[in-house]
Amino acid sequence: MDDKFIFEKIHQKFGEQIIGFEENYDIMAVYADKEINLKLLQYLYDDPELGFKFLTDLTAIHYPDNKGEELVVTYLVYNMLKKKHLRLKFKLDIQKPDIYTATSLHAGANWLERECYDFFGVNFVGHPNLIRIMNVEEMDYFPLRKEYPLEDQTRKDKDDDMFGRGDSHFNLGKLNI
Amino acid sequence: MIFNKRPVTHNTNVKLVEMPDMYQGEGFGAMQLSKVVGLARKNSIWPLPFATSCCGIEFMATMAAHYDLARFGSERLAFTPRQCDLLMVMGTIAKKMGPVVKQVYLQMAEPRWVMAVGACASSGGIFDTYSVLQGIDQIVPVDVYVPGCAPRPEAILDGILKVQELVGNEDIRRRNQPEYQELLKSYGIL
Amino acid sequence: MGKIKDKKKIKNIELPEESLGQQTRTLNLGPTHPATHGVFQNILEMDGERVLSAEATVGYIHRAFEKIAEQRAFYQVTPLTDRLNYCSAPINNLGWHLTVEKLLGIETPKRVDYMRVIIMELARISDHLICNSVIGVDAGAFTGFLYVMEYRELIYEIYEEISGGRLTTNIGRIGGFERDFNQKAWEKIDKFLEEYPVILKEFESLFDRNRIFIDRTQNVGGISLERALSYGFTGPNLRAAGLDYDIRTAKPYSRYQEFDFKIPVGTTGDIYDRYMVRNQEMWQSLSLIRQAVQKINDLKGEEAIPHHADVPDYYLPLKEKVYTKMEEMIYHFKIIYGEIDPPVGEVYHAVEGANGELGYYLVSDGGRAAYRLHFRRPCFIYYQAYPEIIKGSLLSDAILTMSSMNMIAGEMDA
Repeated sequence: MDDKFIFEKIHQKFGEQIIGFEENYDIMAVYADKEINLKLLQYLYDDPELGFKFLTDLTAIHYPDNKGEELVVTYLVYNMLKKKHLRLKFKLDIQKPDIYTATSLHAGANWLERECYDFFGVNFVGHPNLIRIMNVEEMDYFPLRKEYPLEDQTRKDKDDDMFGRGDSHFNLGKLNI
Repeated sequence: MIFNKRPVTHNTNVKLVEMPDMYQGEGFGAMQLSKVVGLARKNSIWPLPFATSCCGIEFMATMAAHYDLARFGSERLAFTPRQCDLLMVMGTIAKKMGPVVKQVYLQMAEPRWVMAVGACASSGGIFDTYSVLQGIDQIVPVDVYVPGCAPRPEAILDGILKVQELVGNEDIRRRNQPEYQELLKSYGIL
Repeated sequence: MGKIKDKKKIKNIELPEESLGQQTRTLNLGPTHPATHGVFQNILEMDGERVLSAEATVGYIHRAFEKIAEQRAFYQVTPLTDRLNYCSAPINNLGWHLTVEKLLGIETPKRVDYMRVIIMELARISDHLICNSVIGVDAGAFTGFLYVMEYRELIYEIYEEISGGRLTTNIGRIGGFERDFNQKAWEKIDKFLEEYPVILKEFESLFDRNRIFIDRTQNVGGISLERALSYGFTGPNLRAAGLDYDIRTAKPYSRYQEFDFKIPVGTTGDIYDRYMVRNQEMWQSLSLIRQAVQKINDLKGEEAIPHHADVPDYYLPLKEKVYTKMEEMIYHFKIIYGEIDPPVGEVYHAVEGANGELGYYLVSDGGRAAYRLHFRRPCFIYYQAYPEIIKGSLLSDAILTMSSMNMIAGEMDA
């Protein structure tokens, strides 16, 4: 069962809702429309020839430069018998990052989706308990997005100058020679 | 079926601890009360191991038979703050965990000491991020810092010895003095 | 208890309305608890001693590894991976190096792979030792823990000879090891291989057929295979439930396909099965280390020399040369400052950690640091099943289940 065969099958079933694919170091990534994520996962689970019944991983990536499709939610499913991974990617707009939850199909998606929500703000429609999991409940921003800094800006004991960050008079800025 | 490779030996090289400095006479000795109390307290410190992460595993190694912690009097690890003297915070304290540390500290009875084991508990360690508290001295007053990532068991034992020094030499009236009250007030503890 | 529902006062005590009619109590098995190895919280709804439902909260040691990794060059991420599953840090380090090598397309020589197998199996033994002895401690048997920690000190000494660190080892480089194992390290490994099986047999004889231990751990905390697969279990917990899935045989890395070992499998997934699976895995690890040592001794000629791959672009040069030769010093600077650009792409690599499938998803945009690095952490994924497993069991069984599933808080929260 190779990548071409898998892509042909899902392309046959879902038509133009499958946008494309790319080959990455022996795992194929399939890009699809976000409306069909649950249907696609269900098809991959049920089909006897494909049989991707194990959800290995679920995460998101933030590309602030692609306007209109900044957040990419990616699922990694695995077929244990044939030992084959498949990656699914769905692009979401950052203004309205909604996507259906996979909890009904894979019980392990529960906390993975909560972590995705906590870090990026992806809203999983239908999730039983979508609240923050890693950070404190009162946090009001989504920390892993690229626009937020890593360090806590209110700490007093670390001198940003010494670490080469922050605005200081040691920062030479642009040298006009 | 004994698999013990080490034969039983008797310790002929016994070291005796010296008598502390006291005014002695026929069958009696007189010493400052604070010194007697300090001597008794320092050799029976009951720690509360607040082990959060990697330093906790090094603490487990300290507690085990190779680097024995029990020979310093810490035979019983009190897991409740009501019964312990020394709060050993080992490992990274995240901002979510901060209120828990504060609450455990408040539940301890005077006299109490705090030891920050490891770089993360002392100053945030290698995690200079939005979610990690940069050292527990932001929320509780700390007596001894043990640096290292993770500190060797010998380093943790050295920290315990320093705490013993502090405990043995503490003035008996220290906890009631205005400077100490000021210190606690600066942390928001009454 | 139901008869005095209407009485509001008992002697001189004022009780709130209907408090005696309540059947359940909420118990907070809080983040700091002697039995929880690490910080995670469970809020239990109890009916007397029985757990009716549980809610788990994590995140008390969230250190934002994934965000830190976006600002660190590849070598600077290795100390971060140490602190994921800190009981078996070398597996995390070598897994990360394997991921980067996959991205860069580096192939390591045979000797390096065999040396890596030795280190990873030692780490696996040290993790399983903690887990199994702590099950004993939680059940009230402290002796096993003390016997066995002595041999963990031996493993730490081996790490110290090779990398300099006991617990947070930062072992290895991209492409191999920083220095060859010296004579003392080989002697210590041989000493370990000689002395440890004796102690492991003694440890087994304490627990394996112990009436009290069997009564406490059999048919307690079990999970069926379908639920385990649905939750995404991997590692000893899944093998105890009945499926022989091991990444070392399914998708071999570091020449595991040349080794001969068995995969122990349980039946019901209860605590006793997990304990036995981990014990048997320790025996298999010992056999793997022996095979690796034999294979290294059998290598001849050219193959018996290298302890790293020949990739000057990514492998930090040896310190003796950095301080004496110009070219190595230049390369040292270039690599540390990240001047050499990695290829653009994304890679996913998984290793068999002591708890299951530890995966690294690395998205690189050609810059100094990763664009996005995600850790697929097994502890995080299988802790979701914990409320379902302990439903209906007694409180002390819930504690034993937690310690038998080997929850490492550092890996859970990353």
